[in-house]
Amino acid sequence: MRLPDVVRHTWAVASKDLLIEFRSRTAIVSAAMFVILVLLVFTFARDPTAVAAVDLAPSILWVTLTFAAVLALNRAFQLELENQALDGLLLAPIGRSSIYLGKLIANLLFVGTVELIGVPLLALFFNITVLPYAGPLAAVIVLATIGFVSVGTLFSAMTVRTRVSELLLAVLVLPFMIPPLMWAARATGPLLAGRPLSDIIGWLKMLAAYDIVFVGLALLLFPATVNE
Amino acid sequence: MLRAEELHHSFGSVRALDGVSFSVRPGQTLAIFGPNGAGKTTLLKVLAGLIRPQRGRAHVEGGRRAIGWIGHQAQLYNQLTVNENLRFWASLYDVPPPGELLARLGLDEHADRPVRALSRGLVQRVAIARALVHNPAVLLLDEPFTGLDRTAAETLGRLLAQHAAAGRATVLVTHNVEEGTGLATDVAFMRAGRFVHFAPRAGRGAQQVGEEYRDAIA
Amino acid sequence: MRLLRAGHWLNGIALVLLAGVYVRAFAYTPLERMQGAAQKIFYVHVPAAIWAETAMILVGLASVFYLFLKDPRLDRFAAASAEVGTVFAAIVLTTGPIWGKPIWGTWWSWDARLTLTLFLFLLYVGYLLLRNAVNDPAERARFAAVLGICGMVLVPFIHFSVYMFRTLHPMPIVLKPSAPSLPPSMLATWLMSLGVFTLLYVGFVMQRYGLSYLREQLEASGDLHA
Repeated sequence: MRLPDVVRHTWAVASKDLLIEFRSRTAIVSAAMFVILVLLVFTFARDPTAVAAVDLAPSILWVTLTFAAVLALNRAFQLELENQALDGLLLAPIGRSSIYLGKLIANLLFVGTVELIGVPLLALFFNITVLPYAGPLAAVIVLATIGFVSVGTLFSAMTVRTRVSELLLAVLVLPFMIPPLMWAARATGPLLAGRPLSDIIGWLKMLAAYDIVFVGLALLLFPATVNE
Repeated sequence: MLRAEELHHSFGSVRALDGVSFSVRPGQTLAIFGPNGAGKTTLLKVLAGLIRPQRGRAHVEGGRRAIGWIGHQAQLYNQLTVNENLRFWASLYDVPPPGELLARLGLDEHADRPVRALSRGLVQRVAIARALVHNPAVLLLDEPFTGLDRTAAETLGRLLAQHAAAGRATVLVTHNVEEGTGLATDVAFMRAGRFVHFAPRAGRGAQQVGEEYRDAIA
Repeated sequence: MRLLRAGHWLNGIALVLLAGVYVRAFAYTPLERMQGAAQKIFYVHVPAAIWAETAMILVGLASVFYLFLKDPRLDRFAAASAEVGTVFAAIVLTTGPIWGKPIWGTWWSWDARLTLTLFLFLLYVGYLLLRNAVNDPAERARFAAVLGICGMVLVPFIHFSVYMFRTLHPMPIVLKPSAPSLPPSMLATWLMSLGVFTLLYVGFVMQRYGLSYLREQLEASGDLHA
């Protein structure tokens, strides 16, 4: 049975992006380095006697992931700039949604990889138990990341050809990242303190609602960013 | 195969297309000559479906699936190999990856080299391969001869001739009358968003067309 | 041109009326028991906040219609509304601390209105920065519309976040000068001020819109560089 066109084309775009990123490895390694260095900054900026690591961990985690996500977002459409490949994508008989969804998935996997490096490092540097709560924590991280990346992918299509594109993208997307980041941080705290999943269900629902609204909105608005 | 009806399009207050109508039949190669800013690229983009015209309609039989575009940008990914690039573009058009196309363009030995390692001339040939990978019925070319080396220009010329011989349509826009005339079956001059001349080439040579062009446009 | 002049007049009238509101506020409206004279700022602070938020909703709505209709007038309106919204948000953010210091003892507090308005201010600035960064007018209008719609959709989520934030961080003093619990004379003054701010919004938007239009005409005729 043949998969629907959207799925095939989305996967084609996503796998092409991932092939490029993981072959050259520059972007992924730089992003990973960034996360490590930010964690280091937090370590040395912290007064260990003032606040317990486990209390600070959610904030540190989410600040780090937010900034890592912002930095990772620009690459998606930058890839298409080199030889005007974006025009090629627009000429092809594929829906605009496939382009957006392909970029979204590639971005999610990219940021996800960075998160897979960052979270264990956070646990390591700050001596926090994470493994028993890995499942629910992963759920929180996945939901929040989808929120960040859905808006960020949409905006990066617009900022990529402007002058200070990375800075402009950060300025535009950060206000949109603050609500999900807040809910995710609120959910992470109780989780790391061992509270049950039922305690944080409310936050997860908000994150899911945000994700549904903004992925849907981005799908609707994406064509306006590429069509003339 | 391809039809434009009363196309009008403005960018702000600039009229890029000011009432363009024409059609191209199978086997025809239409060369549109015009100075910069005449609206040639806009016209091509409307034909390709990249721009929706403010007024008028453009129709290409077979839709986007049937269109191949060759411009001065390669539309390739530098980090991927020639094969990977072609396979990607082929997958978007739902056609199998190209086999003998590479051989036809003399790219066989470079198939697994990344595009960024190729010389300019080779990159141009890969770009041509990319445009042809889905066997398009209509070719749209935007200043295709700019910066082409002689081998690539000859290859392109040959391919366009084969394309026309196979009963397909081509629209080629350029400001280079010399290069474009030889390939054309029909000739048009474009200025300020409209055609000021549209006729079959009818045996006119590049020099003659060039003179008529300069008279019409000056 | 007519629009500009009309806008000028409207603003002039509105400002005179604003002065009138303040005369009433000081001379005819009682002094609030706990806050004293500083409370009078509330007549500017709250209507400005209401219009800062409303302006964002209007930017969003105009953007939606623009994407369907492609009418440049809608884009001009959205841009004008965003600029005026920025100014009103700035008014809220400056009057807030001025009001807050004598009352709360601190320049800033994360109260719901201030926090929401701060978000709005950041969204507005982002919107204006994006408009500034794009040169092609059609592309600028499209991009701004996309951002405007996203901003409008974000507003309910901000409300929720702010509400949760405050619930989890109880404020030392809870001050809620909401309209219904005001004595009638204060309510009247407040409503008048709201009316004045409505006039100010309309007047400023008309002026800004008129200026945009004039500028576009000049650019089109080549007298002004883009």
